[in-house]
Amino acid sequence: MSQETLNPDYQLLEQLEAAGPFQAGACFQCRKCTNGCPVTFAMDLYPDEVIRMVILGQREPVLRCRTIWVCASCETCTTRCPNEVKIAELMDCLKEMAVEEGVPCPQPQVLTLHETLLSNVKKRGRLFEGTFLSTYMLRSGELWRRWKSGTWKGELKLAWQMLYKGRLRLFPRTIKGKKEVRAILTHPRQTENTS
Amino acid sequence: MKVAYYPGCSLEGTARDYAESILGICASLGIQLEEVPDWNCCGATAAHSIDHRASIDLAGRILKLAAQMPHPDMLVPCPLCFNRLKTAAQALQGDHHRRYSVKLEAALPKIWDLADFFATKEMLETVAEQITKPLEGLKVVCYYGCMANRPPEVTEAKDFEDPQSMDCIVRNLGGIPVPWPYKTDCCGASQVLSRLDIVSRLVGNLYDMAQRVGAQAIVVSCQMCQANLDMYQGKIEADWGRRFSLPVYYFSELIGLAIDANGVKKWLSRHITNPFPLLRELGLWSTHPRAHPHGTWR
Repeated sequence: MSQETLNPDYQLLEQLEAAGPFQAGACFQCRKCTNGCPVTFAMDLYPDEVIRMVILGQREPVLRCRTIWVCASCETCTTRCPNEVKIAELMDCLKEMAVEEGVPCPQPQVLTLHETLLSNVKKRGRLFEGTFLSTYMLRSGELWRRWKSGTWKGELKLAWQMLYKGRLRLFPRTIKGKKEVRAILTHPRQTENTS
Repeated sequence: MKVAYYPGCSLEGTARDYAESILGICASLGIQLEEVPDWNCCGATAAHSIDHRASIDLAGRILKLAAQMPHPDMLVPCPLCFNRLKTAAQALQGDHHRRYSVKLEAALPKIWDLADFFATKEMLETVAEQITKPLEGLKVVCYYGCMANRPPEVTEAKDFEDPQSMDCIVRNLGGIPVPWPYKTDCCGASQVLSRLDIVSRLVGNLYDMAQRVGAQAIVVSCQMCQANLDMYQGKIEADWGRRFSLPVYYFSELIGLAIDANGVKKWLSRHITNPFPLLRELGLWSTHPRAHPHGTWR
């Protein structure tokens, strides 16, 4: 049987650690992260596999995987890791790297959610849920998906209830320092320098 | 007593019930909340997911404003905001602070998770003195979620796998906090908008366990948990093919109920899963004397 040999490429690990540190290299594959993770059922790679592949420099599969996007950032893995690997924080760093490198996102609605939220905050300095929720539903195609699956009726009922019960604000608030917020959110993307 | 207060964006909108209940009980207990002036959004999950630097700088701006206030304590009701503020405080005072544009000069106030603040000995005593309607017979599970506790290096939580703050609060009010194993299991948070199927499964597990341990309701301190558990209960019941009928109360609403604060009815009526039948059944919701401004007909 022929065996494919893997040439470890340590650049990915170095690049990530420079932005961290996340101590990914300390992982000894005990799988405590995966065993405690609440969303493994929706993942294509288990958290321990992501860490292992990062160590082995498997850039492509790691940046393309669904796992980093379905991670709920619940921090159970980071909390329980015996080697203090910051797993959840590393997942965030991988997401950011995937976006920067233009890697297609396997869960586009998750990325749209984040982008819509940040552009909403950029406008006024605070999140205005009214336009955030509606823009997200349109941009992500969720509205269309719900229309097709017929779940839109339930969503519409819920939206109406929220409005009726006074839980949807009708007018946004703008802060005085919105320019500062805008500046924070428009900084040029650059790789982190270690300082 | 005067404290700084960072409400966060959702308390201005979907979590209005939480916001009003906090203002209501603080007014009754003599705590003056002073909002951080001109506060901004902390960036939430979106910023820490795809723009790390902005996530620290956004929260950093809030910290900078809070540091200019004269108060030594800052209360943060939203656990995600609390977590982001604590993370930023650590990052901006740590080895890599030069990566970020915000510079902290003045000393920071102590950042409090709201439930932790109300579980301090002094606050429990202050509340106990004012209890007029103890929550007798109310069996609940306290659900803490993720962000107020994890990771403990950031939150400085001690009992991060088995937190006690809300259990202490409920016991103090005369209720029965039932022990259960899912206190800090994730509800899926913002995935409710992008992957409702994930949230349905996670929250369904919570309901199922709450029922198995014999709880009549769930108590929360997080408006994201409240939204996922309260707003989507009907949908999740349909997915699971079961009735759960579990009201989801904020701990602040229960304090308000026990000390008979003004406005309890208004807060609770904003819930989607009806919170009143259980209270009526237990005799904790009698017709309010205040509801009849002209007195009784007798």
